[in-house]
This record gives sequence, structure tokens and C-alpha cells, in this order.
Amino acid sequence: MTAAATAPRRPTLAVHKFASCDGCQLSLLDCEDELLDIAQAVEIAYFLEATRATAKGPYDIALVEGSITTAHDLKRIRAVRRQAKVLVTIGACATSGGIQALKSLADTDDYINAVYAHPRFISTLDTSTPIADHVPVDYELRGCPIDRGQLLHVLTALLHGRQPRLPNHSQCVECKRAGTVCVTVAAGTPCLGPVTQAGCGTLCPRVGRGCYGCFGPAETANTAALADHARLPVQDGGAGLDATATRHLFHGFNTNAPGFREEGLRHG
Amino acid sequence: MAFPHGTEAGGAGAAAGWIGPVVAWSTRLDESALDALIRALREDGREVIGPTVRDGAVVLAPITAPSDLPAGWRDIQDAGRYRLAPAPGETTRFTHAAPAQGWKRFVHPPEDRLWRAHRPAHGDLTLEDPPPPPPPRAFLGVRPCDLAALEILDRVLAGPDQPDPAYALRRRDALVVSVDCGTPAASCFCATMDTGPAARDGFDLALVELVAEDGRPVYLARAGSPAGADLLDRLPGTPANDADRETATSQRDRAVATQTRALPPGIRGVLAGAIDSRHWDEVAARCLACGNCTLCCPTCFCATVEDSTSLDGRTAERWRRWSSCFTEAFSYIHGGAVRGDRGNRYRQWITHKLSAWHDQFGGSGCVGCGRCITWCPVGIDITAEAATLDAEAHARAGAPTPGTAAIAATHP
Ligand code: SF4
Ligand code: SF4
Ligand code: SF4
Ligand code: SF4
Repeated sequence: MTAAATAPRRPTLAVHKFASCDGCQLSLLDCEDELLDIAQAVEIAYFLEATRATAKGPYDIALVEGSITTAHDLKRIRAVRRQAKVLVTIGACATSGGIQALKSLADTDDYINAVYAHPRFISTLDTSTPIADHVPVDYELRGCPIDRGQLLHVLTALLHGRQPRLPNHSQCVECKRAGTVCVTVAAGTPCLGPVTQAGCGTLCPRVGRGCYGCFGPAETANTAALADHARLPVQDGGAGLDATATRHLFHGFNTNAPGFREEGLRHG
Repeated sequence: MAFPHGTEAGGAGAAAGWIGPVVAWSTRLDESALDALIRALREDGREVIGPTVRDGAVVLAPITAPSDLPAGWRDIQDAGRYRLAPAPGETTRFTHAAPAQGWKRFVHPPEDRLWRAHRPAHGDLTLEDPPPPPPPRAFLGVRPCDLAALEILDRVLAGPDQPDPAYALRRRDALVVSVDCGTPAASCFCATMDTGPAARDGFDLALVELVAEDGRPVYLARAGSPAGADLLDRLPGTPANDADRETATSQRDRAVATQTRALPPGIRGVLAGAIDSRHWDEVAARCLACGNCTLCCPTCFCATVEDSTSLDGRTAERWRRWSSCFTEAFSYIHGGAVRGDRGNRYRQWITHKLSAWHDQFGGSGCVGCGRCITWCPVGIDITAEAATLDAEAHARAGAPTPGTAAIAATHP
């Protein structure tokens, strides 16, 4: 009796893309050391970024990258949901609308005219919205891009029927665990870390940069207190930000995330 | 081991205790002895951890020579603000207050694997032991507040009831060389907490750094244990004289006098009766619930455990990682978090530190190092919040205090 004859069917994995830069899907391909193990553990049934061969749905696990920006997307995400047992959104685009959600706060036609040589070929919605605004989502992996380790952790947990552990605490917790010197306190650098969900591995503060908020709002985020403090003059302990700089701080990769959107708007 | 914080409040008047007897420093060491000291510790197979400058702050990290120590820098610390100011030509190495981190990361690591289990395709489940502890270490330049913090951690993590093996091993293997504080920061309040600015006990070897007539640093030393005495014997010293001791005493008394922050003497009782205070909402408007205060506090010990499995499901691990009562997960039970908002998380932190800690561990959980004040990104000051709550309690004195009995529920 061979192992193959007795092995249970491998769960199928599909990777779908909506409006996005492909960076999060690349995180999966970037799992070089683990890629073989992943391919052994799941059947990669649909992943256009990696292979043209596709197997028909339904799929056990669907990873969804990107935001909803067109009427066609709106139809397609419903089909993806119908074909997926477990749907995991990956990245800031899929979980909050991404940086392209800046257009939700502006006149879309202005953007189209500024960007495209032939604007009349462009057919788009006025908004860039997260997947969860349109279909039920089982798990969200935040980040711009997502963290490889978190992706592996969630896949592993799903394969073994375990709850994934995705911390919703602040980035500051990770800075302190890592022994990183706080850039806000020691250098007056504005940093979104106190209101941003951890998960990136302290990429920015450990090289002396403030957190850009790639992982979106942490739970109970107090964006107003952070913004008001950042706007204080440097000699009073703040970062001396003006209204525009404060808005830009919040309106980045997670412009449309609840909390970040309103806080940015509060500063003009 | 004597718990160093006998006074309930750590309260006012404790500072006066320091304007006291001249410390019996036994030995005078010149600057070159630092090199001899680090060499001797390394010859004994110890990794030496000490203060050093990195990323604009004095941090604690492995050091190999006196040149790694911070010379020519002064730290400026106040609520929400830390800066290193160059002090050109200054050759003293310990003219800084509490380093960015406390020593807890070297005895209670931020991440630690508790166990790993493996289930092979054929055969039995095996349990692997935790990874071996690091080589024995020497902690060099421990500030007196941090000595007190280590003693508090001893009581919490190495007490007779449930000693934590990872902590106990690391602590047992650490040789502690303290250096008294001559230049506290504005954030410091060790004098009123009765933990500094001079070390009383808890060290193997104690040093104080003075400036000699020629502007060069000179050190007075005394041993606090047989290991410390052996070490001191190996250093090129001369007997200390009374003039040196007087200089050390007046430096200590000046360091006491420069401190302006303090906790209210009755804060333990005030917090026990403040469970329903309206002040928590006021703090909640400013607090970010980021957790920095707890994580940089040298005595906060809370951690969470997290499990993971390998993709093939054959290997499972359990890790312990630092956590904080400012996180939602900290008080999460089925259905939601017990402390869902920032106000009651702040209440948990300050009440545990300054009030419930007495009931639980027989003393205050605060040593007055000032780190939570400095490293709060919005400058929330535990002494200022305590003073507000104290004033509020006095204002309503005479009226019945609501909710006093409920305080037992704030234990973590
Ligand atoms: S650098 Fe930013 S994320 Fe890190 S502790 Fe400071 S404020 Fe928090
Ligand atoms: S509560 Fe603040 S001042 Fe007290 S020991 Fe902790 S960090 Fe230091
Ligand atoms: S519960 Fe107490 S020991 Fe734990 S993090 Fe909070 S204040 Fe610190
Ligand atoms: S008091 Fe300061 S450091 Fe502590 S959680 Fe609130 S904002 Fe963060």
C-alpha cells in the first residue's frame, strides 16, 4: 500500500487578484524555504501569478488580494466567494481599500484625467473598497505588503483546524520586545505605531523611521490623541506637524480604514 | 532577601533617609580599573552587558571594552521626550539616568520557547527541552532603581511558590555590578521611592563614579557578596580615604536634591478607592493604549503564550512573549475583553503598580526609574496622574468612597 493511496485529498488553494500591485501574492512566492512544503500540504489550484494551469473550483481556501474598484470586480468577488470555503483577504488593498482609496476622497475624474492618456477608455467606480464591504470574509491578513510569517501561520492553522493567532495590539509592543529605541520619543519623528496593528516585524522603527501604518488601525486606536500630540511644536514634545502633513500621515496605505480615514479628514 | 520597599507609599520623607551616613566604600580605583574589570569578567566566561549608545539613546547591550560605555553624552529625559546631548570632553561613563530598557529583557526574555514537541511519521511523540539559557552574564552599570527592580522581579518570578525556571537560571548566573547615580534625569523619582540614587544592597560589586581633580573619572568600590569581593581583589585599587567618601556622599545628596517628581504618600489607598473615578475617562482621551509604559517598566512581568505548528503538523511549539494589560487580548475571555476601553486599562496599570502590588507582593511595583514617563509617546506621567487622583480623593474625603471592595477584582 503506498502512501499516496491512503493520503487524504490535499486541500485546494486559490489566489485571486483585484485592484492591487501583486506584492502580497509575491509574499507567497517569497516563502522560498517553505514553498515545497506548501505545495505538498495544499494543491495550488488557481494562482495566475505563479502558473497558467488552473483547476476548477470550489476551493478550500481562497486568498484574495486587492480592492474593489470596478463594476466587473463587484460581480467577480461574489463568484469568488461562492467558490471558496474559507476566504482570507490579504493586504491593505483587500482589507481597507489600499492606497488607491485616496480616490474615494477626491474627484475620480480629476484622477483619471491626470493619470491616463486616453481617459475615455477608463471605466471605474468612484471608490476603492475592501472585500469585506461586499462579501463575508473569514480572516484578514493586514499589511502593505502582508508578512510572510503571518501568511504561513494562517495557512498552517487552517490546514490543522486551529485558530490563527493574529495580534491586534499596537506596533509599539513589537518595538519594545525587539529593544528598538522609540523614534518618536528619542528623535521627535512622527510615528503611527501606537495606533497601528503589529505584524510587520518592526521594519521601520528599527531603521529609525516612523511607522507608516501599513497594518492599519490597532484595536481601540486613539488616532486623535496621537495626531494632536504630533502637531505640538517640537519644543513641547510634539513632531511639529502641520495640518497637511498630519493628513498625509493617516491617508497612506490604509486611507480608507475606519479611524485613519476620519482622522486624516479632521486635518483638512 | 529583604524586600526594599517597606513604606506603603514609597512616600514623602523617604528621601530624607538618604541624607545619612557616609557609605563605607573600601577601595579607590582609577580609570584603568574599568578595563581590568571587564577583562576579569570576560576571563570568567561571562558575557558583559552594560550601557552603550545606540540609535540616539543609552541602551543595554553586550559590551567588550570601556570604550563601548557612553562617554561624552548626557541624557535629557522628561515626559514623552528623550534626547542625548553631546558633552564634549567629558570622560565619565555613567553620567546618564535609567537606560532606555531595564534589565528585565536579560532575565525574563521578550520571547522564549517553552517547549517543542515532535511527532514523527513512525514512533512516539517526543518533547524537546527549552533551549539552554545563555552563558553566564555580568550586568555592569546597574542603576540603583534597577537593582530594586531586579529584587522585585525575584519576588514575582523566583519566589518559592511558582519559580520560573528560565528566569531563575538567568538570574542565578548573573553577576551584578551597580553604579550609583550622580546625575538623575527630570523623570527620576527613586529618592522618594527609597530605591536610589545610591545602592544599598542587591549587588555583587557596587561602584560610584567621581570626577578627580584632573577631570578624569575615578571610582570607589565596595563588595556586596563573596563573588564581588573576589572580583575586587583582582582589580588594581588603593584603599579609599575619607575625603573620597565625603565627595561620594555629597554627590549622592545633590542627586537626591535635584529630583522633583514624587508619588503621593497615600497613593496605595487612594487608588484602591478610585475604581469609579471620572478621571479614567479623562486619561482615556490622552492615552493611546500602546503599552509602552508597561513594556519599558523594569518590573512589569506580564507575558502571553502562543502556539504554532509546522506545515506538516508534525512539530508544535509554545512560545512565551511579553504582553501588556493595555492590550485587548490581555483581558479577553469568551465573548469579549473585560477591560474594553483605554480608561480601565490605564486604571489596571496604575492600580496594579502602585496599590494591588502591595497586596500581591508585599511592596510597591514602582521603583521610580521614570521610564514610563519618558517613553510614553504622548508624555503621560504616572506621578501627575497619581497626584490628580490623590487630590480628587482629598476633595471627596468625608463622602463615602464608592467601589472600594471591588478593588480585589483588579488583580491580573
Ligand atoms: S517607534 Fe513608533 S511604534 Fe515604536 S515604540 Fe515608538 S511610537 Fe511605538
Ligand atoms: S512604574 Fe514607571 S517609574 Fe515606576 S518602575 Fe515602572 S517604569 Fe519606572
Ligand atoms: S498587569 Fe501589572 S505587571 Fe502586568 S503589564 Fe499591567 S501593570 Fe504591568
Ligand atoms: S500611558 Fe502612554 S505609554 Fe502607556 S499606554 Fe497610554 S499612551 Fe501608551
